[in-house]
Amino acid sequence: MTDIAQPSHTGASAMPKKRSRLHNLAANKSLWRGITAIAVFLVIWEIGARWDEWFGKEWMIPGIGLIPPPSDVFEVWLTVLPKPGYWNSWYQSLARVLSGFLSAMIIGIPFGLALAVNKYFRDIFFPPFEILRPIPPLAWVPASLIFWPTNEMSIAFVTFLGAFFTIVINVVGGARTIDVRYLRAAQSMGASQWDLFSKIILPGTLPSIFTGAAVGMGITWEVVLAAEMISGGGTQGGGGLGFFIWNSYMGGSLEQIVVGMISIGIAGYLCSSAIRMLGDWFMPWRRLF
Amino acid sequence: MAQDTLSHVKETTASRAGQSKVEFRHVSKAYGEEWDLEPVIENLSVDVLPGELTVIVGPSGCGKSTLVNLIAGFEKPDSGKILLDDSLVTGPARDRMVVFQESALIPWQTTYENIVFGPKLRGDLKGKALRAEAEHLLVKVGLSEFKNKYPLQLSGGMQRRAELARALINNPRIMIMDEPFRGLDAMSRGLMQEFFLRLFEENRRTNLFVTSEIDEAIFLADRIVVLSNRPAQVREVIEVNLPRPRDYKMLNSPEAYEIKREAMAILHEEAMKSFKSGSGADFAETYGKAGN
Repeated sequence: MTDIAQPSHTGASAMPKKRSRLHNLAANKSLWRGITAIAVFLVIWEIGARWDEWFGKEWMIPGIGLIPPPSDVFEVWLTVLPKPGYWNSWYQSLARVLSGFLSAMIIGIPFGLALAVNKYFRDIFFPPFEILRPIPPLAWVPASLIFWPTNEMSIAFVTFLGAFFTIVINVVGGARTIDVRYLRAAQSMGASQWDLFSKIILPGTLPSIFTGAAVGMGITWEVVLAAEMISGGGTQGGGGLGFFIWNSYMGGSLEQIVVGMISIGIAGYLCSSAIRMLGDWFMPWRRLF
Repeated sequence: MAQDTLSHVKETTASRAGQSKVEFRHVSKAYGEEWDLEPVIENLSVDVLPGELTVIVGPSGCGKSTLVNLIAGFEKPDSGKILLDDSLVTGPARDRMVVFQESALIPWQTTYENIVFGPKLRGDLKGKALRAEAEHLLVKVGLSEFKNKYPLQLSGGMQRRAELARALINNPRIMIMDEPFRGLDAMSRGLMQEFFLRLFEENRRTNLFVTSEIDEAIFLADRIVVLSNRPAQVREVIEVNLPRPRDYKMLNSPEAYEIKREAMAILHEEAMKSFKSGSGADFAETYGKAGN
């Protein structure tokens, strides 16, 4: 307060925007809590898994004692990391997830909006949609294996279904619960039907679209992994992280199974983070300050 | 549909601000299926006089909001007609602007975008002229500093003021206020009432104001229309002859007290009727809080 020109600690902290990104990241308490939580989790896991090693077989903790400790998993991971096969599994699973997910978005969003907006469309297409929706995606596997010419295409189709129904039902729900006063206010001000759709209904449905996308992304991963385990290895519709885990199981490498599981966890986290970031970017009005 | 009436509306609103009137002629409205109709408004006739602030009060659930929807054109009466300056109301249009209960600012538009929404939709006010008008209104409602904030980032009182500006930029013939200050804390509510009153007294644009608060009604109104229990009919029209410009102290004057006594007696009677007719919820809502 006394001398503005003099640079000081208080001056720096009064202008948080001037700090570097890294500085901000280091000061982020949520981030540190998250890192600490993961570290504590790993330590407990390590101790639990090694208990019998240290105190004798009779002290083995049920469950956790059978799981390989994280340090062993990490070691195996290091040996797997340079192998192109491991990265190829990542690539195959990611490619399947993204193709299924994106096609579900591209078809699902307009379909859902049409269901929400047009009564005739809804009367015709909603009943069959509602009958197909409860069928679990995996129940489609045998039929699609027969119907589609290649394994890869049937996997793509089944992943598409996994995300499609969730996205559509969210879009319909979101579009139909838009506050009627927004529509009325716009109508009073002279909005055309197209204005109502593009300026009220579409942006008003965005939050539900992103909710549907987040849930749909999760389902897509489930479906892809399960499909990969069913279809096995090979070039046609095989490989991927699902097969990686299955293969490790067949080969009896517990550590490698866990490596596969954590890889899926990381991949899923990256995908949902991407959706969250896109959501923040598309919907600035949802940020409070 | 709305486009072809625009040029006509634009001319008339500019010249006739504060001179427009609304007439309800034997208006009835019912909800529900054909075999189970629930009449909400029955044979209601009332006038909203030019340049006056007409306040509608009535027991909660009596059909006040339905009345708003009818005059705004969001809904159509089953019978009877509603006339704005002698022409039939057929649908929503910019000559009747509604300020809604709670806030109906569009959440994905900033304060500024909300305010210019109407003119931009119609394209009747553009570029520099639009910006100047919007800035003028922003200053008027004290939100210049907040023009790039989203509604979620504004306080309740700010949201109401932004909504007033959003309505005013359309230069409506009449303003329809549907319990606009409901949900505000007592302090902001008092401030908003005073602010709104100054705004009204500036050019006396014909105003239909719906509320369930009798003090608010007396403070603001030229005339208070007391509605009956559902189905709504006009029970009483009370002239409020308190001088303008008004301030809050006038609520303690003997005239104000006399009006309050009269209105409360009618409202109490109507609420008791709804209590006896079985919809006790209405009674509890209206008098439960006051009774404690």
